[in-house]
Amino acid sequence: MSAQITGRAWTFGDDIDTDVLSPGVYMKLPVAEAAKHCLEAVDPAFAPGVAAGDVVVGGANFGLGSSREQAPEGLKVLGVGAVLAKSFARIFYRNALNLGLPALFFPAADEISAGDRLEVDPLGGEVRNLTTAKTYAVEPIPPHLMRMIEDGGLMPHLEKRLAAQRAAQA
Amino acid sequence: MPQTLVQKIIARAAGRPTVEPGEIVTCKVDLAMFHDSSGPRRVAPRLKALGAQVWDPSKVVVVSDHYVPAVDLESAAILKLTREWARDEKVGAFYDMRGICHTMLAEGGHLAPGMFCVGGDSHSTTGGAFGCYMAGFGATEMTGVMVTGEIWTRTPQTIRVHGEGRFPAGVSAKDLMLHLCRTLGMENNFKAVEYVGPAVEALSMPERMVLANMAAELGAETGMIPADAVTIAAMRAAGRTVDEAEALSWRSDADARFERTVTFDASILSPQVARPHTPANSGPVAEADERRIDQAYIGACVGAKLEDLHMAAAVLKGRKVAAGTRLLIAPASTRTTAQAAADGTLAILTEAGAILLPTGCGACAGYGAGVLAAGEVCISTTNRNFKGRMGHKEAEVYLGSPFTVAASAVAGRIVDPRPFLK
Repeated sequence: MSAQITGRAWTFGDDIDTDVLSPGVYMKLPVAEAAKHCLEAVDPAFAPGVAAGDVVVGGANFGLGSSREQAPEGLKVLGVGAVLAKSFARIFYRNALNLGLPALFFPAADEISAGDRLEVDPLGGEVRNLTTAKTYAVEPIPPHLMRMIEDGGLMPHLEKRLAAQRAAQA
Repeated sequence: MPQTLVQKIIARAAGRPTVEPGEIVTCKVDLAMFHDSSGPRRVAPRLKALGAQVWDPSKVVVVSDHYVPAVDLESAAILKLTREWARDEKVGAFYDMRGICHTMLAEGGHLAPGMFCVGGDSHSTTGGAFGCYMAGFGATEMTGVMVTGEIWTRTPQTIRVHGEGRFPAGVSAKDLMLHLCRTLGMENNFKAVEYVGPAVEALSMPERMVLANMAAELGAETGMIPADAVTIAAMRAAGRTVDEAEALSWRSDADARFERTVTFDASILSPQVARPHTPANSGPVAEADERRIDQAYIGACVGAKLEDLHMAAAVLKGRKVAAGTRLLIAPASTRTTAQAAADGTLAILTEAGAILLPTGCGACAGYGAGVLAAGEVCISTTNRNFKGRMGHKEAEVYLGSPFTVAASAVAGRIVDPRPFLK
């Protein structure tokens, strides 16, 4: 997880579900292909227009629905740097952090307009809106997840754990 | 400290005497289930990259239910990969096109009160009908479980749902859950739901599985029903030996603290329908304004068990599906199909004009047979009706009970099933 993320805001309302994030009809395709349909049901301009470092800003209960990891993975594949939302559905939140996609609880989501330039510091717990020159403190990522996140996500974390086990056995 | 059911199970799995809500603990997993979409296809390459072995294959259940049967080269390849991985890893159980994962765990006798179970599917909450903890997780976390046999959780607060009265004729557990999606909302994240009271105790195991299944729609981590004689009978019927005293001990202490208790009176519930595009957009069936339908769908873990087919047959007996409407039925398991054939249910359904589809998740999640075109309207026994869920993003999906879906198929529009049962 990179320390600093800078990009444009893409804003969405409450209850963005996993079927609009990763539609079932494309689930058998490789993630990079399926990601082209990410959010097309609510914003057809999103997938073709989103650029590396851009930030998705959602309302309440972002990511509700399925356990499909392609929902956060699709956002990551498209280059999204972070997801800010008033609240997250449980599985989406865990999936995003496991994949190294910062998901930050952000109560002031309504103050962000589409296209605002944002700077997000997930580890420091700060969001800066460069367009409005406002700075927000965000709820930091829970400490028990920080170690995994500092390793870069669950896979690198598991790699490290296995390497340590193997070293201990050697 | 007095403990709720979920606290007791988490404490046991974490090797602790007690745990308090909010405490983050690491639990040992008793059973891990995943399917052809979330499982080997996504987990196997990660395990390979890590050079890791499955911690305990005997605790792993694999079910091919999403891409069944293969209809193109992609789905055929996914099923082949799943089959070969299950074989090579010598997993505890592998169900290949035999039924939907949540149904197979129940049929196969894999669940018991007090177990700590994880599933690579959001509706893994269904397992909680057996008085165990079962929750859904994504593929990377399931990879973590395969490697370590462990997973973290933040001990949930429990919402207790207490039901008085009996469900009237033509009203089912599905109607209660659609009602709760509206009244409790779908944002009870990181919480447990425990269903108790005479109305719940009177329900059969398949109906209890509907309550636990749709705890996922409430946003809950798990939905649980404390074990009783119905649970024990269902476990025995599935071939499991049961220590009754042990099974019955898994319940919340009398003085346990709940976040809140919500009560309902089953006897005044009426058939509910959720309008597009969320299960929370529910209300009495009349609110669907007799919407004209193209398709009626009876399928999924939540809505195509034998009891669901019985509900549909009670409405369809001696009737015909309306002209211009199609009724598709995808039974939840091959055993369901066999039982429905043996007891005459299947003949009632097909004589009414129903089209029988293969067992599997099918059109519910837009993967299989029966997906919708732009502008089409469907009423379905499934659990979600988000935009694009069952096919085209411009399709409309209404949710209802098997009674309501069957009655709507006959009428060609969304109607109250109760007049059909008189």
